[in-house]
Amino acid sequence: MAFPLENFAKKKVAAVQDYSILAWHAIASLFSAPRYWADVITQMDSIGFGSLPIIILTGFFTGCVLALQSATSLKEFGAITMTGKLVSLSMVKELGPVLTGLMVSGRNSSGMASELGSMKVTEQIDAMRALGTDPIRKLVTPRLYATVFMLCFLTILADAFGIGGGALVSIGLLGLNSSAYFHTTYQALYYADIVQGLVKPLFSGFIIATVGCYFGLNTKGGTQGVGRATTQAVVVASVFIIVVDLLVTRLMIGIFGR
Amino acid sequence: MPQTITTPEPVPAGAADQPVVVFDNVSITFETRPVLDGVSFTVQPGETRIILGPAGCGKSVLMKLANGLLRPDAGSIRVFGHQINTMPDRELYSLRAHIGMVFQESALFDSLSVEDNVAYRLHEEHVPEADAHERVVEALKFVELEQAIAKFPPELSGGMRRRVSIARAIISKPSLILYDSPTAGLDPITSTTIIELVVKQRDVSHTTSLLITHRLQDAFTLATHRYNSMTGHMELIPNGGIDPGMRFLVLNEGRVVFDGTTHELVHTSDPWLRDYLS
Repeated sequence: MAFPLENFAKKKVAAVQDYSILAWHAIASLFSAPRYWADVITQMDSIGFGSLPIIILTGFFTGCVLALQSATSLKEFGAITMTGKLVSLSMVKELGPVLTGLMVSGRNSSGMASELGSMKVTEQIDAMRALGTDPIRKLVTPRLYATVFMLCFLTILADAFGIGGGALVSIGLLGLNSSAYFHTTYQALYYADIVQGLVKPLFSGFIIATVGCYFGLNTKGGTQGVGRATTQAVVVASVFIIVVDLLVTRLMIGIFGR
Repeated sequence: MPQTITTPEPVPAGAADQPVVVFDNVSITFETRPVLDGVSFTVQPGETRIILGPAGCGKSVLMKLANGLLRPDAGSIRVFGHQINTMPDRELYSLRAHIGMVFQESALFDSLSVEDNVAYRLHEEHVPEADAHERVVEALKFVELEQAIAKFPPELSGGMRRRVSIARAIISKPSLILYDSPTAGLDPITSTTIIELVVKQRDVSHTTSLLITHRLQDAFTLATHRYNSMTGHMELIPNGGIDPGMRFLVLNEGRVVFDGTTHELVHTSDPWLRDYLS
């Protein structure tokens, strides 16, 4: 039974190789002409502005829940005033970047995979190449840079709305003092926490765009294949985001000591 | 005299008087299945090469190889004198400015209007908008579809999409046109309209072309008809004449089983070929 296993291993190694080549080509394409700035702006609007509602809602309600849950535990230790600190640290260092990455992945990795997948199965990608346009330069590079750039801002918004949601629950439901809440929130955050929270979206954005485009451009098998590519893109991107989050967290703790 | 839509651009440097396309012992395998096996043929300037063969014999793969969309496992492919199977992608994209391609299912960009589809290459070359529009109208007039300029591909019928695809292929005045089954899936009347456009493009511009077809009737219409610019329609070549620039390539199971003129094809003694033609 070595033969099927060998084939499986070869396919996986080839997939990693193809993914790496695609990612490198997409990054490098920005540094030589032709550049498709109009497509970058269009993608920034679609990925960034288009994701605003889900990011604001996710950030806000996560902050609310976080305040509610942590207040219950902190109350047992008489440290309910620390709720703001816990909410801000959790949102800025971890939940803001990861949840934003996962939500944008669900919305945009799938969108990229299905759009590019449909183009692949209807020979539009081949037509683009036949017309003298590099599809990676035209389709992948704008999506990559737009996602990385916009994800940083979406994460900042998610953090802000999360802290705001935490404030609403803490002040409105738990009866905490508003100035104490915001004071502990502000005092809890250090430069290293902000850096950590803003480095993660760089990796998440890269994963969302490259994984979505990779599965889209490798779609086979008609409309069923498009559906399969879409599902695979979301699953793989989500898992990658969480795994890379762990690695980046460990790296940041190693660098900044917190 | 100003260039018209049908006047081909000069061929790339170093290619004058050379064969436009040369396949030399080309083979390609997908997974474990050989699709083309030792295919060799040459296409001369001004020639129209009809590629025939049963479904799945590798015709479309051959067309994609000729445009560098696929790379062969063995053998060499020369287009305009350039060996494209070893050419870097960046140079290949430049070379494709001289090659027009009509895809089997049209492959129009469905999120772009007919005008933007046809002008795609002009936009890539940053041609001023007014000039691009003028050339799009000219190309659409050539395929008699100027009224559809503002429509989107999903609003068009199969035959109209194929005509837009031809307009997109010819707008840059290519020196080589590749037609991948331009009449596949169309009714006989629409097929004849498409073949008439191919004849018109051939006789007006004398562009070198490769054309795949499943319909023998289309192949022989191309061979026996010419475009009459006075009437604006194609007509039978008088006295049973045959277009001298037409040659046939017949594939079967990834191998070339025939390479010759219309006359040689209809008088072949090969039993498989006679059976296929009947």
